[in-house]
Amino acid sequence: MELFVGALTVFVLAVFVGFELITKVPPLLHTPLMSGSNAISGITVVGAMLAVATPDPFSTVLGLVAIVFATINVVGGFLVTHRMLGMFKKKD
Amino acid sequence: MNLSLINLAYLASAVLFILALKGLSHPRTAVRGNLLGALGMLVAILATFADRNVLGGGTEAFVKILGAMAVGGAIGAVLATRIQMTAMPQMVALLNGFGGGASALVAGAALADVGGHTPTATFLIATGLSGLIGGITFSGSIIAFDKLQEMFLPGKPIMLPAHQAITAVTVLAGLAMIYWITGGDADTRVLAYGVLILLALTGGVLLTVPIGGADMPVAIALLNSYSGIAAAATGFVLDNNALIITGSLVGASGIILTQIMCKAMNRSLMNVLTGGGTVSTPGASADDVYAGKVKATSAEEIAMLLDGAGRVVIVPGYGLAVSQAQHTVRDLANLLESKGTVVEFAIHPVAGRMPGHMNVLLAEADISYDKLKEMDEINPSFQETDVAIVIGANDVVNPLARTDPKSPIAGMPILDVDKARTVVVIKRSLSPGFAGIPNPLFALDNTLMYFADGKKAITDLIAAIKDA
Repeated sequence: MELFVGALTVFVLAVFVGFELITKVPPLLHTPLMSGSNAISGITVVGAMLAVATPDPFSTVLGLVAIVFATINVVGGFLVTHRMLGMFKKKD
Repeated sequence: MNLSLINLAYLASAVLFILALKGLSHPRTAVRGNLLGALGMLVAILATFADRNVLGGGTEAFVKILGAMAVGGAIGAVLATRIQMTAMPQMVALLNGFGGGASALVAGAALADVGGHTPTATFLIATGLSGLIGGITFSGSIIAFDKLQEMFLPGKPIMLPAHQAITAVTVLAGLAMIYWITGGDADTRVLAYGVLILLALTGGVLLTVPIGGADMPVAIALLNSYSGIAAAATGFVLDNNALIITGSLVGASGIILTQIMCKAMNRSLMNVLTGGGTVSTPGASADDVYAGKVKATSAEEIAMLLDGAGRVVIVPGYGLAVSQAQHTVRDLANLLESKGTVVEFAIHPVAGRMPGHMNVLLAEADISYDKLKEMDEINPSFQETDVAIVIGANDVVNPLARTDPKSPIAGMPILDVDKARTVVVIKRSLSPGFAGIPNPLFALDNTLMYFADGKKAITDLIAAIKDA
């Protein structure tokens, strides 16, 4: 339970930080925001790596598929965001 | 590596993710922000490789992990470099789906690995929620992708008889499975989780098929939020702060974008989700609004009008992107600017097919981002605008939203183009937009209609200006 309350504290505070940060993103950049936030939500790759390393073979298989999914998010998300942001230029 | 050190590394990556989002507050800092985010991910992955449990898996686990990363990385890289900017909503839909899927899989793996230990109730509930939300996100995103890509399903809403009831029962049954997970022994738990995933996948389909093609911006933003919430739930399963923090950030982002889209479309979230569509209470008929009042014009006449104009505002709609006319419009803007005219673009929040989409499409055509003005910023300046050129937009410039409280678009925020000295509307015909109602803007004294395909009209207009 103590563990849960600690995690809940982090969760609630992070939601508030999230609202503060996202309301400052201008509509101009809302599409890169969505692809970029998908990239960072690929952080599940961390949990997937731990799952692969467990002795349970079923967990390993689920973990491997999860790594593929999460890495698509990480690599695809950061790359496509970078590609989009590169198009936003200011002339003169 | 020491567990505290690994957790410190996760803290560092969470801070880098926060800086990444902070960087997105301005185009000048956005590229660096994105790179910081990627650095944060690298830190988290390297720290996890050093985790005792991953090291304990030996070379075999190491090779498997790298192999799976190579496969995912290759798919991601191909998607990111090949995707057309017009197809960005599909790309984001897919990423949402993979994010939700990964969360559901990781939670399932954690549950299967519990073995003989007695897991806590919070672990089991978090696992169930992760599976439920992750599964809904996965299948819902696949349906959203299909609708956007117009592959198998029609763009229009699909409703089964008693659709809402079936959806509600499915999701409730999923919640009941979570109760089963918390009560059972090891084998029962895994079985219940399997049933839960099937229910969640069904629920995701049921929740997304009634959403119409035009409402997809809301659906994608909402699924974006779900994928974040699923990741946060997985963070509770693994007691991993990096996942909890990141998931909350993404969840908050998706919720804010969902709200913005709903407001801009003048719809409640419930109305979008239930596929209600806009209820047309037929107001004035098209004949009453347009008869004898619509003035058609020609490229030559517009060219004369633009000659000597001090300020021109271009209002692009999605029709412009569909006809790939962004580059032609940029040429027009450059030509007018070379004659000393101030040219700006007025971007309605739902001008594209996802939040911010139109900005990306215009930036791709090399239009300077400081000329892309959002609605609240540009609306007060229409009074000082000599010519407003509307290309492929309709409902978002319909003054009925301000004037007729009974109209289906009453209260919807619109671009006040009717306040410009002259309005030029480039459109193939007088056909209505998504709202299905006539637009009195087309019949105003200061409005000129140029009936033509967007791209051809702009090309002809450029030629006429050069001839003049």
